[in-house]
Amino acid sequence: MNQIGELLGIALGAILVNNFILSQFLGICPFMGVSKKVETALGMGMAVIFVMGVASAVNYPINKFLLMPNDLGFMQTVTYILVIASLVQFVEMFLQKAVPSLYEALGVYLPLITTNCAVLGVVLQNTQKDYNFIFSVTYGVTGGIGFLLAIVLFASIRERMEFAVTPKSFEGFPIALVAASLLSLAFMGFSGLKIW
Amino acid sequence: MNVKKQFWEGLITQNPVLVQLLGMCPMLAITTSMFNGIGMGLAVLVILTCCNVVISLLRKVIPNKVRIACYVVVIATFVTIVDLVIKAYVPALSSSLGLFIPLIVVNCIILGRAEGFAAKNSVPAAALDGIFQGIGNMVALIIMSVIRELLGAGTFGGGVFGPEGFGFGTAAGFQVIPANFAALGMILPVGGFLTLGFIIAGFQYILNKPKKKEVAKG
Repeated sequence: MNQIGELLGIALGAILVNNFILSQFLGICPFMGVSKKVETALGMGMAVIFVMGVASAVNYPINKFLLMPNDLGFMQTVTYILVIASLVQFVEMFLQKAVPSLYEALGVYLPLITTNCAVLGVVLQNTQKDYNFIFSVTYGVTGGIGFLLAIVLFASIRERMEFAVTPKSFEGFPIALVAASLLSLAFMGFSGLKIW
Repeated sequence: MNVKKQFWEGLITQNPVLVQLLGMCPMLAITTSMFNGIGMGLAVLVILTCCNVVISLLRKVIPNKVRIACYVVVIATFVTIVDLVIKAYVPALSSSLGLFIPLIVVNCIILGRAEGFAAKNSVPAAALDGIFQGIGNMVALIIMSVIRELLGAGTFGGGVFGPEGFGFGTAAGFQVIPANFAALGMILPVGGFLTLGFIIAGFQYILNKPKKKEVAKG
């Protein structure tokens, strides 16, 4: 029972309270780059959930059974990023064969997941917080869900913002950042949320 | 090789953060005190220069198809070296930057310059490019952290100097605005997005070419 409560806490924390984008600043590049349309944002979010979940699952045994027993802790960053890069490549090939429609929709954003800080961030945090396998995977998947939530919300705001009249020097990127700051302010409201 | 041109490109016209919009994550996350800004800026400067040199040296050896993976390995190696050096000699910086030091691996500035510049140019040009782009990034980080620190905590130069002199990681900084009047929100994520938005808008205004680069790469 205690375990389940803790899992719920991790999930809720990753989705709302410590949202990867809006309160930890991980994954800002795709958040800003892929949020012009709700559909692409949705596809990107889905792909990130998948990659974050699988990356957490794969990197846990690698760290636990390969790096730690051999005292290779300093190799963590190099190993993790290599695993993530090959994982993304694999996902890309798999989607191309199995779900070509999704592959087409994601297009160039798929390989870019490699350089998404949120993916490497979640794996490093799993190691740092010493989560076990189930906790790691939960944190990875719910972190991805939090990413999806934030990017879809932001994409819907940006779609409306296209029609807004803004000062010339604020057009495009700066006004999007200001909108993101308001969204982040809204998410700060969740920080009082404590059920665990 | 045009040193002067490269310098102005790195600092102003092609500033990695303010114009190319690369490397947003550390820019928003760690710029809460001057100490963090300078530390992060220096770390990226060193890593960027070393990576540019090595990738430029290897540019004829690396096969085109696996180049991104090779770049990532080179970058990750230098990041690990810098991470360990910081942990050993400046533990205060290591604890205040935390996760964001290993995350320099996925900083788009470094991969972007490797792919866009170092892979096509000679070693000295690539080294200069690394230094100037690194300085451009550092200047942006420092501007951002000074503004956020001033408005959020009311201090100037936190972690670098203060009334009691220099003290890296320990100095409290000069209290410019009374602590009661400081807007805590500016230190929080909200202030990060807001400040960067205003800085980029101001930069676009100064450069007088609004609406040119609006899609972030990577």
